[in-house]
Amino acid sequence: MKLDFRWAGWGGKTSRPARQPKAGEGRGVMAFAHTAEVIRAEAALKAAGFDVRVMGPPPDMRTGCDMVVEFELMREPAARRILKDAGLEPLAAAPVRAGMLEPVSLFQAKDFGQWLMVRAANMKLTVDKQSRIIVNISGGGCPDVPALAELLVGRSLDEAPAPLSRGQTLCAYALELAFREAQRLLPGPL
Amino acid sequence: MTSGSWLIVGTVPDDSAGLVHGPCVLDRAGLAVGGTPLPVRRGTPALVAAACAACAVLGIAPPQALLAGDAGRGEGSAKAYQRLVETLPGLAPRGLTFHYLFPDLAGHDRVLLAVQAQNPRPFLVADAGFMYAAKMSGQAQEYDLFTPDAGELAFLADELAPHPFYTRGFLLGAGHTTPELIRRAWDTGGAARHLLVKGQSDFVVRQGRIVSEIPGPQTPAMEAIGGTGDTLTGMVTALLMAGRGVAPACAAAALANRLLGQLAQPSPATPVAVLVDFVGQALQSALKETGECAPQG
Repeated sequence: MKLDFRWAGWGGKTSRPARQPKAGEGRGVMAFAHTAEVIRAEAALKAAGFDVRVMGPPPDMRTGCDMVVEFELMREPAARRILKDAGLEPLAAAPVRAGMLEPVSLFQAKDFGQWLMVRAANMKLTVDKQSRIIVNISGGGCPDVPALAELLVGRSLDEAPAPLSRGQTLCAYALELAFREAQRLLPGPL
Repeated sequence: MTSGSWLIVGTVPDDSAGLVHGPCVLDRAGLAVGGTPLPVRRGTPALVAAACAACAVLGIAPPQALLAGDAGRGEGSAKAYQRLVETLPGLAPRGLTFHYLFPDLAGHDRVLLAVQAQNPRPFLVADAGFMYAAKMSGQAQEYDLFTPDAGELAFLADELAPHPFYTRGFLLGAGHTTPELIRRAWDTGGAARHLLVKGQSDFVVRQGRIVSEIPGPQTPAMEAIGGTGDTLTGMVTALLMAGRGVAPACAAAALANRLLGQLAQPSPATPVAVLVDFVGQALQSALKETGECAPQG
């Protein structure tokens, strides 16, 4: 008896790592008041060329649905300037330490013939392969999932807003990963 | 008929909706909670609608609900937690079903403390975000029932993960069977006393041991439809309200949810609202099949 993970894949099994983990040495974390700020901070720092990723906070910093931004510790002053320009101020910054968790990094795709379902962590997004219209969103438990579903379902992968542009939680982050993977698997006309 | 003494706590995806608290009504006009009409598209309204439809089949009054407007910032959920802590002694519900709520550890702990102060202690069902918080709090075994899907089961089995987003890869792959994850979730304190695990087969679990498996009927498209877990939790809530034992209630609800797929013949593009219309018929069939007949008349 196996878990219900019989993902046929898009023409086959398509599990793949979303990104490669990096060594924690020389890296730090920034904590913010809210997950939405983490999402904005990650976007601002990436846009400014910083090498950042989101991680699960160490156990003593966890409050619930939260994450931190991991960044190059030596570039903290520059990072803070970027964040200030974006109207963001971290609650704390500290070196990377034990107990931090990697976000889920596997995608799974399931082919339903006319439709393709992409899963990232606990979120599933299903798209009509021909029209590229999002037809369903399932999974998740955070309260922005129903709101995001209302926003995305019925729109194409090109028209729909990126889930992270509206979402607030880790479920929204997982949905963003599924959304990007669906865009990769179902590219629009050039 | 007055509203039953069971409270569903969850959210609607609208920050401006405020708090709604009161009896649930599902009729031709649609769903209303405390007199406020609510569209049934997905999320907690889908759970509430399924519970109401199931209560009608079972011949019992529908539940009450406390719903907060929360589109993800967590402020609405925080208000719901606060209202619940304040009103729980007066409400004295026989049971509580927690659903889409912002998984805030401090909020969860306050609510659980208030519940534990009740005598008799209400029956506790947790799904979605509140199940995440309950597991992260380390107090999962204070709960009577969790209703995870296969991915959420892996999260419950990962003693380090505070949210499914951080479930470690070795638990998500094909290397662990469902029974192994069920056992691990119980042994590491991540599981409630009962689990209803949704997947290719559904499993009813008591204290880490599988007591029944519901393998069919199979409708693969159901996996893609957002809200099929909500209809299941709604039906199991109604069966518990009707006084069914936990394991038979879970088995009947799981079968009924599978029959929804058979009756509605959905595609992966079908909205859950279409399935809700079949809840009564599916539950009646499931009760007949499991020998747990609904009252006549």
